[in-house]
Amino acid sequence: MLSRSEVDDMKVLHYLNPFFSQLGGEEKTNMAPMRIEGAVGPGRLFNSLLKEGQIVATVVCGDNYYAENMDKAREEVLTLIRKESPDIFIAGPAFNAGRYGIACGDLSHAVMRELGIPAVTGLYMENPAVDLYRRELYIVSTGRSAAGMRKDAVKMAAVTDKLLRGEEVGLPEEEGLIPMGKRVNIFCKEKAAARAVSMLIAKLKGEEIKSETPIPVYDIITPAPPVKDLSSATIALLTTGGIVPEGNPDHLPAATAKFYKKYSIEKLSRLESGQFESVHAGYDPVYANINPNRVAPLDILRIKEQKGEIKKLYPYLVTTTGNSTSVADATRMGKEIAKELLAAGVDAAIMTST
Amino acid sequence: MGIPTAHVATVTPISKSVGAVRIVGAVAIPYPVGQPNETKEKEEILRENIIEKALSALTS
Repeated sequence: MLSRSEVDDMKVLHYLNPFFSQLGGEEKTNMAPMRIEGAVGPGRLFNSLLKEGQIVATVVCGDNYYAENMDKAREEVLTLIRKESPDIFIAGPAFNAGRYGIACGDLSHAVMRELGIPAVTGLYMENPAVDLYRRELYIVSTGRSAAGMRKDAVKMAAVTDKLLRGEEVGLPEEEGLIPMGKRVNIFCKEKAAARAVSMLIAKLKGEEIKSETPIPVYDIITPAPPVKDLSSATIALLTTGGIVPEGNPDHLPAATAKFYKKYSIEKLSRLESGQFESVHAGYDPVYANINPNRVAPLDILRIKEQKGEIKKLYPYLVTTTGNSTSVADATRMGKEIAKELLAAGVDAAIMTST
Repeated sequence: MGIPTAHVATVTPISKSVGAVRIVGAVAIPYPVGQPNETKEKEEILRENIIEKALSALTS
């Protein structure tokens, strides 16, 4: 039970990335953590919605800085947060942004664990951070982009206010939260046996029924067996870094790609700057454009082939943009690529992601 | 049946959560197998090291 501080509203600490705190875009993605007085960007919206507390300070950290140095970054951010002695922590919302979502999820979890205060964040269902943190955190289910900021902020503020009042947070459907997979015991008028029979009768009649506990759907992926001998193996190079021939002749999208392409690398010993470029909008392409081998390492693989360490390099670079790709599209593309590669006699693949 | 694949990625927890088993840590998001802060020679050695880890992952 949180005790009310005597003088004012409870203190809320807000975490944002540089884009949402209006400090900059991708060029600020390696920014170390810093503190800003009061609320900025969406924080101002939260302050207008919150009834039980106010954001007193905002901590900002670059998404790449966090994702690439998680332990160090987490400590640095926690140090800044501790100084404020907040009563509650709000992160994001991060919508579908992967790196930002990971930072929000990781920090929310760390804050709960190390500072013992509640945390609330907001993520889009398909954000990779959801699967990682849903069991531990109150994650408001947001839209895919900041276009829905207002209605998502309303839900986040409502959950935050409840936590500040020490009230019980309602069921996920009621609060707009992503289900945490917890089982809640409630009393019903009818006994379980009677309810089960009613459900069965309804199902036999073809009526819709609502299961009291969701039947888990496990996506168990059996790993393909290992390569026995690399020197007799054909290896394919794949990338989700959006590396395409200069000019992007097939218009591979910068985000939400629904297709992949194969580009001939048969005569090439490396990817040359000016002949290949990155079209992926989720990372700073400058390094890849100067040397595309930094994302798709054709140069090294070609040397391995020449030395006989691998038998053959598949003569195409398989490429797509792994930026906000939907799970459904990614799964489909993966299956299609596997089918193509198997038909072409490929034994194994190396896939790089940015 | 699929193809044994080594995933070279920076945010390895994401890779794990979708069921990948052959995961190799990358250098950084904008240059998974690069290191622009080093000399060309050192960068190529670093790239080779990561590729060798990936190839080794394919055999296990």
